[in-house]
Amino acid sequence: MSITVRTFDAVIVGAGGAGLRAAIQLSESGFKTAVLTKVFPTRSHTVAAQGGVAASLGNSEEDHWHWHMYDTVKGSDWLGDQDAIEFMCRKANECVIELEHYGMPFDRTDAGKIYQRPFGGHMSNFGEKPVRRSCAAADRTGHAMLHAMYQRNVKANTQFFVEWMALDLIRDADGEVLGVTAMDMETGEIVAFHAKATIFATGGAGRIFYSSTNAFINTGDGLGMAARAGIPLEDMEFWQFHPTGVAGAGVLITEGVRGEGGILRNSAGERFMERYAPNAKDLASRDVVSRAMTTEINEGRGCGPHKDFVLLDISHLDPATIMKRLPGIREIAIQFAGVDCIKEPIPVVPTAHYQMGGIPTNYFGQVVVPQGNSKAAVVPGFYAAGECACASVHGANRLGTNSLLDLLVFGKSAGETAVEELRKSPKAHKPLPQAELDRAMARVSRIDTQKGGASVHETQLAMRRTMQKHAGVFRFADLLKEGVERIGEVRNAALSTEIADKSKVFNTARVEALELENLIEVAVATMVSAEARKESRGAHVRDDAPDTPAHPNGRDDENWLKHTLWYREGNRLDYKAVKLTPLTVDTVALKTRAY
Amino acid sequence: MDEQRRVRRERLRWHCRRALLELDIVFQRFWAREEELGDNDEAALEKLLALEDHDLWYLVSGRTETDDPQLKNMVERLCRD
Ligand SMILES: Cc1cc2nc3c(=O)[nH]c(=O)nc-3n(C[C@H](O)[C@H](O)[C@H](O)COP(=O)(O)OP(=O)(O)OC[C@H]3O[C@@H](n4cnc5c(N)ncnc54)[C@H](O)[C@@H]3O)c2cc1C
Repeated sequence: MSITVRTFDAVIVGAGGAGLRAAIQLSESGFKTAVLTKVFPTRSHTVAAQGGVAASLGNSEEDHWHWHMYDTVKGSDWLGDQDAIEFMCRKANECVIELEHYGMPFDRTDAGKIYQRPFGGHMSNFGEKPVRRSCAAADRTGHAMLHAMYQRNVKANTQFFVEWMALDLIRDADGEVLGVTAMDMETGEIVAFHAKATIFATGGAGRIFYSSTNAFINTGDGLGMAARAGIPLEDMEFWQFHPTGVAGAGVLITEGVRGEGGILRNSAGERFMERYAPNAKDLASRDVVSRAMTTEINEGRGCGPHKDFVLLDISHLDPATIMKRLPGIREIAIQFAGVDCIKEPIPVVPTAHYQMGGIPTNYFGQVVVPQGNSKAAVVPGFYAAGECACASVHGANRLGTNSLLDLLVFGKSAGETAVEELRKSPKAHKPLPQAELDRAMARVSRIDTQKGGASVHETQLAMRRTMQKHAGVFRFADLLKEGVERIGEVRNAALSTEIADKSKVFNTARVEALELENLIEVAVATMVSAEARKESRGAHVRDDAPDTPAHPNGRDDENWLKHTLWYREGNRLDYKAVKLTPLTVDTVALKTRAY
Repeated sequence: MDEQRRVRRERLRWHCRRALLELDIVFQRFWAREEELGDNDEAALEKLLALEDHDLWYLVSGRTETDDPQLKNMVERLCRD
């Protein structure tokens, strides 16, 4: 069957922070650039980011990119690639100032400079004391960032395809990427976007978990597309969790609630944190609290019909204090937990927040895969940036405010590299292989014609519950093993879903079925990678890899100081070395991660 | 439901995919109640959906208010349990 082909120099999938930044680079260099997005650009998930973007501007006190680099390596529990981390931290100031020139309304000091505030894990002088490094625009940092960059793109004539869903990568027999197939949601038409450079900036896949702070749009489409095209996914076992998301909803309850005296309780009403952290109790660090909550739930002391949450109690606090010191919390509790937290406790669970792994890239934004003798051969024509990519700067755990920085630095870097490559090769577009076009068509028509298939909604729910139970914040060898089997079964259902509405035009049921096919690849990659990694590191913590003198925090550098690569075909794993050599400075030497 | 109507409804549903999880959930519940939506309701919802996410969340969570009766009514329906 023939399909319409649209030809561009570059096609970017995703119009969040990473995609918009890459597009500026290409359009302003005069290249014909298309940006595809499922939702209007300024409704991308980047909007949710409030904390700010990290840069060692030193506007409020002395700071240095080298200190920022140290913090990032340490935060990553030494799994981050030190060349990419140096690159990011050195580029931070330039990228943030550029953004300011695009019109980003940063908060300012009295002297008119960008105002900076402290944020967890960011320190001065190689871990000595907290430093003010985060730049924000009130509580709308992500939103303001997208607006500024969207306007810049409009000026530069970037062509936006809004409410278009990319379906699959087009990769020819040489392994070169030639664009994507995509569906116009308005008409249901499938079109090939033929390009010399294809950049993925599709964001994270936090929706694989039952409890997630991510909006519904974060379905990991870029990861699914890459996996189906034979590209491995890197370090997918590493997910950052926040201890207190509203059970069943995921909406974040800020740490400030425990700061004001909130107490966590199990089904017996016991203040269980006293057993896990006799001194700090409910104020212990994020990962300690998350793991204690998970242990309570796994040992049957959770609350509710499924015994799958614990309670955050602030009913003993003075209502006036709650209203004054914790604005918005009562509204969230009422809206999403159906409880008035002045009188009743709020059901909470550790909640998936950020995906550290993704499509493997180098710091030029090029996608790299094992090939021949190399573990990092460039895939010609293919780039990735932002939460869908793994550069890898976040390693086993991300520092707050480093993600928005990642979008700016690697969005720009991917764009710049694509510009250079486009300039070097003014050759005509390579022909599109028909079989690749048929692949996307076949996926859609399978969904349209499936009989007796599984329900999208139920399968998605089964996936999310399986991930939460078997690969949550605290991991157990037997649960992981079982989880690999379970998620395999869910995968079979996810690839044979049936939808009632068969119409072509604006069919959201079909979109959701397609999204599920992407989510499930991420879920399987996460489970299999987590089961295999027999150590604890950063956000990946296993009960059978405990803190011992030989292996502080359960980390095992002898065997596991390496990146995981998961391949969809054969559900197989490979590994590659961590890059411990930075670009210009000395290696940040291995140390126990302690704060 | 005629095709034109269905498409309009589906488009509205898709525009309820927001950048903030808080709003996604509010809209998910709204649609699960299978609200009867007339032409005027659809127009009101369209208008509401054109707002920026943070402004919309402030309205829905009661942190801000609107003088626009059309919007006010729709916000009330969204918050209804
Ligand atoms: C509640 C919350 C608060 C946060 N706060 C901070 C913070 O303060 N600081 C910080 O540094 N980080 C923060 N983060 C993390 C950070 O916001 C994200 O990692 C980052 O915004 C991701 O940006 P992105 O450009 O990679 O993707 P997104 O902004 O998620 O954009 C993805 C884009 O891809 C498009 N897309 C996806 N699939 C397809 C497809 N198949 N076809 C077409 N288009 C597609 C979408 O439409 C969208 O335009 C926060 C995260 C959350 C959840």
